[in-house]
Amino acid sequence: MTNTTEIELNEFREDVSSWFSENKPPDPGFLLPETFMEVSTDSQFEFLRDWQRKVYEAGYLGMAWPEEYGGRGMPQVFQDIATQEMASQRLPFMPNTIGLNWAGPLILKMGREEDKQKYIKNILSAEDMWCQGFSEPEAGSDLGNSQCRAVRDGDDYVINGSKIWTSLGTYAKYMILLARTSTGGANKYAGLSYFLAPMHVEGIDPKPIQKLTGEYGFCQTYFDNARIPADCLMGSEGEGWNIAMITLTFERGATGGQAGGIASMELNINDVVELSRRAMRNGKPAIEDPHIRNQLVQLITESRGNQLMAARARIPALATDWPAAVPMSGKLRGSELKRRMCQLAVSLQGANGARFVSEKAIDGGRWQRSYFNSFSGTIGGGTSEIQHNIVGERVLGLPKS
Amino acid sequence: MFSDEQAMLLDTAAEFCRKHSSIENVRAQLDADQIDAVTWQEITELGWLGINVPEEFGGLGLGLSCVVPVAESMGRYLMGSPYSGAITAGECLATSGSREQKEEWLPKIVSGAIGSMALTETNGNWILDEIEAQAVVRTDMLELSGTKCFVTDADAANFCIVSVNVGAEARLALVKREQIPDGNLHREIVIDETRRSYQLDLDGITVPVDQLLQGSDFQAIEFASLLLLSAEITGGLVGSIHTIVEYLNTRRAFDKIIGSYQALKHPTVKILLDLEAMRSHLYHAATVLAEGKPDDAEVALRMAKAHGSAAFAFAGDRGVQFHGGFGFTYECDAQLYLRRALWCQYQFGDEAYHRHLLEPMLLDQVG
Repeated sequence: MTNTTEIELNEFREDVSSWFSENKPPDPGFLLPETFMEVSTDSQFEFLRDWQRKVYEAGYLGMAWPEEYGGRGMPQVFQDIATQEMASQRLPFMPNTIGLNWAGPLILKMGREEDKQKYIKNILSAEDMWCQGFSEPEAGSDLGNSQCRAVRDGDDYVINGSKIWTSLGTYAKYMILLARTSTGGANKYAGLSYFLAPMHVEGIDPKPIQKLTGEYGFCQTYFDNARIPADCLMGSEGEGWNIAMITLTFERGATGGQAGGIASMELNINDVVELSRRAMRNGKPAIEDPHIRNQLVQLITESRGNQLMAARARIPALATDWPAAVPMSGKLRGSELKRRMCQLAVSLQGANGARFVSEKAIDGGRWQRSYFNSFSGTIGGGTSEIQHNIVGERVLGLPKS
Repeated sequence: MFSDEQAMLLDTAAEFCRKHSSIENVRAQLDADQIDAVTWQEITELGWLGINVPEEFGGLGLGLSCVVPVAESMGRYLMGSPYSGAITAGECLATSGSREQKEEWLPKIVSGAIGSMALTETNGNWILDEIEAQAVVRTDMLELSGTKCFVTDADAANFCIVSVNVGAEARLALVKREQIPDGNLHREIVIDETRRSYQLDLDGITVPVDQLLQGSDFQAIEFASLLLLSAEITGGLVGSIHTIVEYLNTRRAFDKIIGSYQALKHPTVKILLDLEAMRSHLYHAATVLAEGKPDDAEVALRMAKAHGSAAFAFAGDRGVQFHGGFGFTYECDAQLYLRRALWCQYQFGDEAYHRHLLEPMLLDQVG
């Protein structure tokens, strides 16, 4: 970092920018999913997988990860620039989100040497897709209550139970799996263990779930006496809860170390403003409606406040009273803002707000679909209500609800 | 923009205000006839009145942005001080005064002279150069007429800067305290009782024509006021959250500490996140202002004031509600924050006003 000059960074930015504009993939001719959670068809999957591989091979993914495992060992700032460029050029996202942003950094942080050798490079190249097996049908946001069992039998663990909301379940080769190895212990967390589990094993059956948008992308994954090698266990038995919590800090963006690259189709308030120039309300562009103008300004202000948060939080003196407030609330702020932006985008459209994905809908119905999909952010990874509890309890020190 | 120096200033200022503006002192000031002269003297000795005054006029020359940590800390502890008025008056003289006017007044401000701004009129308008007060030139004198309101600490101030129409043009005139007959100042009853607010009747006041400021940079006055109010709002939000959290962590109802009820916990988290966003807006505004980018500064300041006005008013409102029956009493400190919030909200434009002004800047510039 110390030897990286402003000039070097600017040169790098130019190189990245021109590589992406020359190599951006052509329009596939079908509507791409918005995030890795909505990959519904093989053609969508293959398109995105090939794109990730191409970006990795060009050297713009995992730039700050160690060279010996397939990264480039460069300062984080280079990856940040490349990621910003992907966002600003509106490029398709990197579909191996769980591998790149959660499992990968976790393995690098606390995996064994052989795990790093085995998994990291293929996460980057999209050779091995990863999925997550945390939530269960009966547990919702209460991860500690996981019931899926893992019983040691010789050199294997035998898994029984089911996991839900497994994105990319049918495409994934590995799963980060939280399962119960013991029902005893001091509390419900004590019996949980963490596995880097193979998916292509007899007895593991991911079944796609249809979502409120009509799309697929999630699975419910059933385990029926599935045998996985005992060395899939990460750490030791009973450490599952702690490792899951570390994973969640990566998921919530509270900890750095992700491979980089964008994880979703970029959508921001400027897109809504742009839409408001085209969408008509009672014969006039929506942007001329005083009520809409006021709402747009409010959301732009909120969005700006949110964008500035990260930069400001890096200055310790400015995080005086509740230093954890900004890092602990990233998902809550971002997901709720996105949901409300999408709501506003639909409300701009007059009677056409009532259309859904179809040719006659404005932008093919993308906004209605985005609004529905935005609930994955406000529900997944701990609902907004749970997030409010977490911030209230851990940041403000209020008693548990 | 945020240097170690400023981080230290924030620490020092917070400690100073905690010491001088305990809630008991705040309450004592509500009924006091005079400003707290001892505290003012200490503020002067700390050099905080010269932060934004150029070095050539005896100040520190750090720029207006560096006043933010002080104003924020004062807001945090509900300090009722002529500070913001004095800083704004200094900023106004620095941007609109002639060389002689600066030489005469800026060093005095640095050494503790209190300045106050007399801008708003009885119609409550926020547009600073749309006013009715008049100044008529009679040979070498200015004959003032009209009425100004919300002139804070006017009785204690060494001078006021008054906005007046000279012919068709809105201008600024400096009026010394001794040029204001006592009968022309009337204490106003305002919602924030930590403010000592006055109506100033200009009729009958005459000042030498050289007290008309050379320039009339109303934008500089507005920017300074928005920045200071935003800083005060940020601090006010911090204080208000502490007050709420303390009560939520001690009061019991239906066999539970009330902070465990999500109906109280979730809105409190909203207030916290509003505060964090407010800090971002505030320090961004201070940064672009310091970088001398007036267009960016205008957007940032209006966003800060719009967001902060609504957020602080919400925090004040919920703070009273969450204190239950006690919240309905004068004794409960929650009302102090609600009153402060409403004062800040309605000075220099509320959220609806600033959003409306932001509309063309954010929505009608294509590209």
